[in-house]
Amino acid sequence: MQPILRVENVHKSFDTTQILKGVSFQIEEGDLVSIIGPSGCGKSTLLRCLNGLETIDSGAIEACGVRMERKVGAPEIPGEVSHRLRRNVGMVFQQYQLFPHKTLIQNVMMAPMVVKGVKEAEALANAERLLRKVGLYEQRDRFPINLSGGQQQRGAIARALAMAPRIMLYDEPTSALDPGLVDEVLDVMKELDNEGMTQICVTHEMRFARDASDYIIFMEKGDIVEISDEDEMFTNPKDPRTRQFLRRFV
Amino acid sequence: MRLVFAALLTLCSLTSAIAQTQAPAAAPTFGGPTIRYGGDATSGAPYTFKDPADPNIVVGFESDIMTQIGKELGRAVEFVQNDWSNLIPGLNAGLYDAVINGLEITPEHQAAADFTIPYYVTYGQIVIRKGDPEVAGLEQLRGKSVGTLKSSQMERVLRNFGGIDVRSYEEEIDAYSDLKLKRIDATVMDFPIAVYYAQPDDALQFTGTPVGRIEYGIAVKKGGNPKLLAELNSGISQMIQDGEMRKILDKWAIWTPMMAQVTGDTRPMQVQPTAYTNFVEETQPRGWKAQIERYIRFLPQLFWAAVMTMEISILAMILAVALGATLALCRVYGGTVLDRFAQVYIEVVRGTPLLIQVLFIYYGLPKIGIQLDPFVAGVLALGLNYAAYEAENYRAGLLAIPRHQMETAIALNMTERQALRNVIIPQAARIVLPPTTNDFISLIKDSSLVSVISLVELTKTYEQISTTYYDYFGTGLLVAAVYLLLGLPFVRLARWAEKHVSRGTVRTTGRK
Repeated sequence: MQPILRVENVHKSFDTTQILKGVSFQIEEGDLVSIIGPSGCGKSTLLRCLNGLETIDSGAIEACGVRMERKVGAPEIPGEVSHRLRRNVGMVFQQYQLFPHKTLIQNVMMAPMVVKGVKEAEALANAERLLRKVGLYEQRDRFPINLSGGQQQRGAIARALAMAPRIMLYDEPTSALDPGLVDEVLDVMKELDNEGMTQICVTHEMRFARDASDYIIFMEKGDIVEISDEDEMFTNPKDPRTRQFLRRFV
Repeated sequence: MRLVFAALLTLCSLTSAIAQTQAPAAAPTFGGPTIRYGGDATSGAPYTFKDPADPNIVVGFESDIMTQIGKELGRAVEFVQNDWSNLIPGLNAGLYDAVINGLEITPEHQAAADFTIPYYVTYGQIVIRKGDPEVAGLEQLRGKSVGTLKSSQMERVLRNFGGIDVRSYEEEIDAYSDLKLKRIDATVMDFPIAVYYAQPDDALQFTGTPVGRIEYGIAVKKGGNPKLLAELNSGISQMIQDGEMRKILDKWAIWTPMMAQVTGDTRPMQVQPTAYTNFVEETQPRGWKAQIERYIRFLPQLFWAAVMTMEISILAMILAVALGATLALCRVYGGTVLDRFAQVYIEVVRGTPLLIQVLFIYYGLPKIGIQLDPFVAGVLALGLNYAAYEAENYRAGLLAIPRHQMETAIALNMTERQALRNVIIPQAARIVLPPTTNDFISLIKDSSLVSVISLVELTKTYEQISTTYYDYFGTGLLVAAVYLLLGLPFVRLARWAEKHVSRGTVRTTGRK
């Protein structure tokens, strides 16, 4: 099967600090992949590169057939390419970032109407469907300030889904939540996984990584140390660095 | 401020001396188009002033002279209001064809404009408080503080005399008022002024011999209109010959020995001083009922002045908001070049006085070929000035929106422009609404500055009415009330808008 996402030898530096040192991996359609690793290992930067929020220094990223490639020393990848890449890639951030001046349903409707020119009635119907899916239909007319953190994060997922992506990226989606609200967000992600959505999640939620992921990528110091089946990683990590990192969680 | 006026007057006179070679004014022909003459109707009795009996019309011995000249020449004449200090720049800007407003024929004035033969010759009159020791002449005023009119010939005479503490006033009645309040010891001003503002006042008295010799002439644009100059000269000569000038000056009670000498007319008074007695009658203090009737008479004038104020303020604010928003976007999202440009604009505009900007745009720009209508110039000056302040407000508003809002919008595949329009600007708008309302109220008040470019708005009308009746108090309260009424609806509107746009900022239900 053709991979839906292919990452080839991606390098990225901020000023003189190398953040990604030639990262490569690929993901099949429908996989739920967790990226774990210590703080500052480059996992968030990697995720942001995957939908063009950060430009890469060199390497290639190919998602759903859109290829973004930059040779060493070549000029920056034009914004238009990132824009095309993002058509198939949705993203949810750590801080629930709903637009505070719009109601929940307006948040979900906005991007399709603004970016794709979708008619209001159609956007509304789609938004209602998505809010039902994430269990927020009742709260559709509330402003974000009147929603809990978990509700806001589920709303952010619905909003990203409204653009009909084939890949969803999550940057520590539960780390800003009260512990009691974590599960409702993870449940939505599990449901999407059941529907066959390709998802990549940077997380500190080891339990989720272990339970829900198809496999886990362990990163350290800007490079992938180990990619393995979730059970295997937790029970029998191949690399000593992985073992050391996981010791703190198990 | 006065120095600024003087400097700009000189600058603008120079400016138009150059400009006129590029665009010579079409010389009016005999029996030709209306002669538009400029003057300042603020106080200024008996020259050109608001008729106390009906403040909607302009009267005065000069306006009588212009009407008579018009008759002699078979031409219609029309009065154009402008601030006294800017009468000659206005002439050069083509706002009117001639200026008649007590402009003395002095070398300084002649350097800035062409003058007719004198239509009136007079002198400086010393005035003191009733009961104070008489003063024979300037000699005895040494060591005393003496009030006079700003940038008048008398002011220069007093300053050059030496040893006199000269206090210059913008309005003549303020000088007499200070004299009565013992803030100064005497005043020396042109005889007609003393006749109208000191003579009827029981607390004041004339004293001493005539000071100097003052000749008033009609000014036309320097070198720009020899034909009109010749026509005006012949009109004045005819009026002197056929006795019309004598009649007018008698009617206003300002005939002088110098006029007798110049015209050879030594007859006694020819007509009754009806204009003078009417003026004294109308400006006498009255009972409260008559006073209220007088205030009611002001209302139409105040109404139109308020309309002018609002037209200028609203249009200027629209310009300020649009340009301010653009500048703010340039500063925050525009990249180095636009950011630098906006920064320079804001610093330059904020760092220079609004008054100078108004005068520069109206009187200065014609030098480089940009001649603007006073209304357009006023709106432009206020709008461009306030844009700098709005820009900084809006920049603060934009910066107050968390950075991740833009990032989220980009991640949803919006372009930067779409994100600004749909996400950033609507959120910034509600932050900047209160300071913007504040600025608008401020702008309504600052719009009074456009009176220096001949626009008659509320503050100018206040000055005109209050100096005519010597009633700063009642008129002041009336005008203050009008300003307040103008601002209030906008404060209300802003409060409503604030409420409307701030939905989503206050938690209205508990967590679920």
